[in-house]
Amino acid sequence: MERIVSFVLNGSEMQLRIQDHWTLLHLLREELGLLGTKEGCGSGECGACTVLVDGMAVNSCLYLAAEIEGKTVLTIEGLALPDGTLHPIQEAFVEQGGIQCGFCSPGMILSAKALLDENPAAGEEEIKEAIAGNICRCTGYVQIIESIQSVSSRAQEKVKVVAWQADEED
Amino acid sequence: MNQFHTVGKRIPKLDAMDKATGRSQYIQDLKVPGMLYGKILYSKYPHAKIVHIDTSKAKKLPGVRGVLTGYDIPEIKFGVYKDNRPLKAGKVRSYRDEVAAVAAVDPETAEEAISLIEVTYEALPGIFDPVAAMREDAPLVHEAHKTNILKMPWKLHYGDVEEAKKKAAYIVEENFSTTWVTHCCLGASGALAWFDYADNLTIYSNTQIPSLAQKDFIDALDAMGMKNRRVRVIKPLIGGGFGSKLDTYAYEYIAILLAHHTRKPVKIVFDRQEEFIATSTRQPTLTRIAQGCDKEGKLLFRDISMILDNGAYTSWGATTPSVMMMPITTLYKVPNVRYEAKCVYTNNTYAQAMRGYGNPQATFAIESSMDMLAEAAGIDRVAFREINANESGYVSPQNFKITSCGLKECINAVVRELDMDRPKEKGEGVGMASLIHVGGGARVYKSDGCGTIIKVDDFGKVNVFTGASDMGQGADTVIAQIVAEELGLAVDDIHVIHTDTDVCPWDVGAHASRTTFVAGNSALGAAKKIKAQVLEVASKILDTPEDKLVLRDRSVCSMEDDTRTMEFGKLLRKAHFSRSGRMLMAEHFYDPANENLGRDFRGNLSMTYTFGVHGVRVKVDEETGKVKILDYVAAHDVGKAINPMLLEGQVYGGVMMGIGYALTEQILSEKGQCMNPNFRDYKILTAKDVVPMKAPVLESSDPDGPFGAKGIGEPGCVPTAPAIANAIYDAVGVRIKNLPMTPERVLAAIREKRGIDLCGIQAGKDTGDACVVEE
Repeated sequence: MERIVSFVLNGSEMQLRIQDHWTLLHLLREELGLLGTKEGCGSGECGACTVLVDGMAVNSCLYLAAEIEGKTVLTIEGLALPDGTLHPIQEAFVEQGGIQCGFCSPGMILSAKALLDENPAAGEEEIKEAIAGNICRCTGYVQIIESIQSVSSRAQEKVKVVAWQADEED
Repeated sequence: MNQFHTVGKRIPKLDAMDKATGRSQYIQDLKVPGMLYGKILYSKYPHAKIVHIDTSKAKKLPGVRGVLTGYDIPEIKFGVYKDNRPLKAGKVRSYRDEVAAVAAVDPETAEEAISLIEVTYEALPGIFDPVAAMREDAPLVHEAHKTNILKMPWKLHYGDVEEAKKKAAYIVEENFSTTWVTHCCLGASGALAWFDYADNLTIYSNTQIPSLAQKDFIDALDAMGMKNRRVRVIKPLIGGGFGSKLDTYAYEYIAILLAHHTRKPVKIVFDRQEEFIATSTRQPTLTRIAQGCDKEGKLLFRDISMILDNGAYTSWGATTPSVMMMPITTLYKVPNVRYEAKCVYTNNTYAQAMRGYGNPQATFAIESSMDMLAEAAGIDRVAFREINANESGYVSPQNFKITSCGLKECINAVVRELDMDRPKEKGEGVGMASLIHVGGGARVYKSDGCGTIIKVDDFGKVNVFTGASDMGQGADTVIAQIVAEELGLAVDDIHVIHTDTDVCPWDVGAHASRTTFVAGNSALGAAKKIKAQVLEVASKILDTPEDKLVLRDRSVCSMEDDTRTMEFGKLLRKAHFSRSGRMLMAEHFYDPANENLGRDFRGNLSMTYTFGVHGVRVKVDEETGKVKILDYVAAHDVGKAINPMLLEGQVYGGVMMGIGYALTEQILSEKGQCMNPNFRDYKILTAKDVVPMKAPVLESSDPDGPFGAKGIGEPGCVPTAPAIANAIYDAVGVRIKNLPMTPERVLAAIREKRGIDLCGIQAGKDTGDACVVEE
């Protein structure tokens, strides 16, 4: 069965004809060519396919595309500003060694964003909790946690979240 | 002391920006026009005759472009022992045996076609225990081999172990075992192959060994009747390696065969279950170790025998004894050493290289035994290690020549950073274990070399074509730092190309923690040649003697006259756009002066050796057996940290992989079948399992390493398990001898020590209740 869904993807309004059985991951990768969202397991266990739907981190491999009607989706491609300015979390991952092979990075970064949007000054335990569903085999998580902490520890400085969707909420 | 401008700096990985923004492309992301999707049908039995395969229904399915079985393909043999075929004919020997494959226009059609293939099997008795497989009446996995014991020569005896046993004041002897664990790369395996009009092959493959894979695929084309064809191996970004991509695999050959059969590009990418079932594991081991020392605590002998479950086919797992020999003969000073390992065919999965390459298994036995021997001799564990520690200048019985060596400094760092002597609460314990690993290449093949080509453009930018393979560890970044350092440039000026056998020189592969040392030295050699060329042209243009010129800040400067300075790009253009102009290019092939092991396994395998010591404080819950890590210190002598941030990343990642190996990870194999092929049931550690960790880095400045550096890719996971085992013993007085050290195992050992059986009944206090224990 087909249906038409309307949603906001990385700041742009979209209207698409989709198949009912498609996952959001399939829609993003195979139909829209947004390959930054990775598939690590296809069963919601590794978090590589994490995207934000209405600000919540979800496993797009388990999320039906039909469910995004009327919602706002952010993928890794939409996180940096159009001029290329990285989101502070992306910048921290780059600068602090939070990335090795990089396969988990898009999902990991978006899980971190979901956390910090809700709890900008998140502490170490909250960070570990928030990314517990994102598996990384390379880093041992240490520098990932440090990357996220380097942003959350500056929360009181009001480091502005630079991406478009944060401006909307101001 | 040299002042470096890029070496020693915490420089972000060159590809981190692309990876952080979703631009990076892995094999999963690649598509080419006309591409078909390949899918593999695996065996339903661990050991069975293939009676008949009916592919007619699959072939008729719309969208299917090709179906192949083992009966349709030429005799392509691969693997270390050449005992494996891409698609099996005659019989299957394990659940992961590839029986048929299809190529179709989309993944769903390929999947459906696979389900339509009907295979009739006749089950054969399987053999899953390597000890049982050694019996004469055991079913044969490979009939032509006549025995299940591989004819591999893993046997050495240096000095006289029997004589040393007579002299020893203290002797301990124990059995240890390790099981299957797997790499769990987040980016699963895959390959994309196609042929041009003249049957030249291009293959994108997740491989750590582009140059050796090229050779394997040339051999495959030969077997397919295509002689003298070109094979181009292109390595996309790899979503984790850890040794898993050190061999060529059935799926790569199947992609090639399907591409040739259909005359279309064919891509095969594993799903997660396939990645668990059909990729190779770390080599499981059964180890018997005896060690003895004199009254003063000096080691007199080490005597080890091992049985390795080879699985049904032979990949690098069977050769891990060659690396196990290193800690066995050379971790601490041991004058008399004996070692024998038997690899045995079974109907289980077959093993591969995995970070440490046998070293973690051997070190688990050695370092557990070291604590046992120290206790038997009544010597403090730390002092015992110091008494026997290697030093610079030491030559081991296997002829390993120790150059830079910071083992004692690492021991001290762990004692200090872990505060080992502080009072302990009940259930708390501390433990330590040391490691030695190759840090200056490892001469496994006739060549241990790596080539580099450097090309400088007109704008002061540098292309470095290296044989090295980056798979996330940061090889490209380290190479860029080395070249930038030598040429006075910034890392951003350097573009490292490491992906394509058509443009990159030969390299033996990303293994043995060799890339920084070997590819680094290769890049340094090429950069020195470029530097010489720059100085030669600059000397003329700036009218200054070469020895008065220096390369810094993207310029060539006179040391004596500030006005005689020229920006690098401008200099290059002046050199290029003139009569008899020239472009600056250089190549350098570096092959370390290490040695192949001889027939007696003697030989200085590596130019230098990396040492390290791990220390851990645990708390053991005596009611549940759960082990909690309170503190972890991993000290390594790395020679020189070219990039401390990336180096720490290797150590942290290695330690966490090692903790998983020690405590939680195992492939549960039931009569050859993987029972937990997913992340839910295979217990890889998550962020919530991260332990407080320190990674002190000691820099002994290796005389042969690039800027003094030694390899550090693998060591992080080598001594983790024995350090934890020793801490558990210190905490609750039980010695865990089998990995992983699950709560069940620890609790059983605690209860056994207390004289409580598995039903919770204490010996001598018969309650009259029946105790039924199900195995």
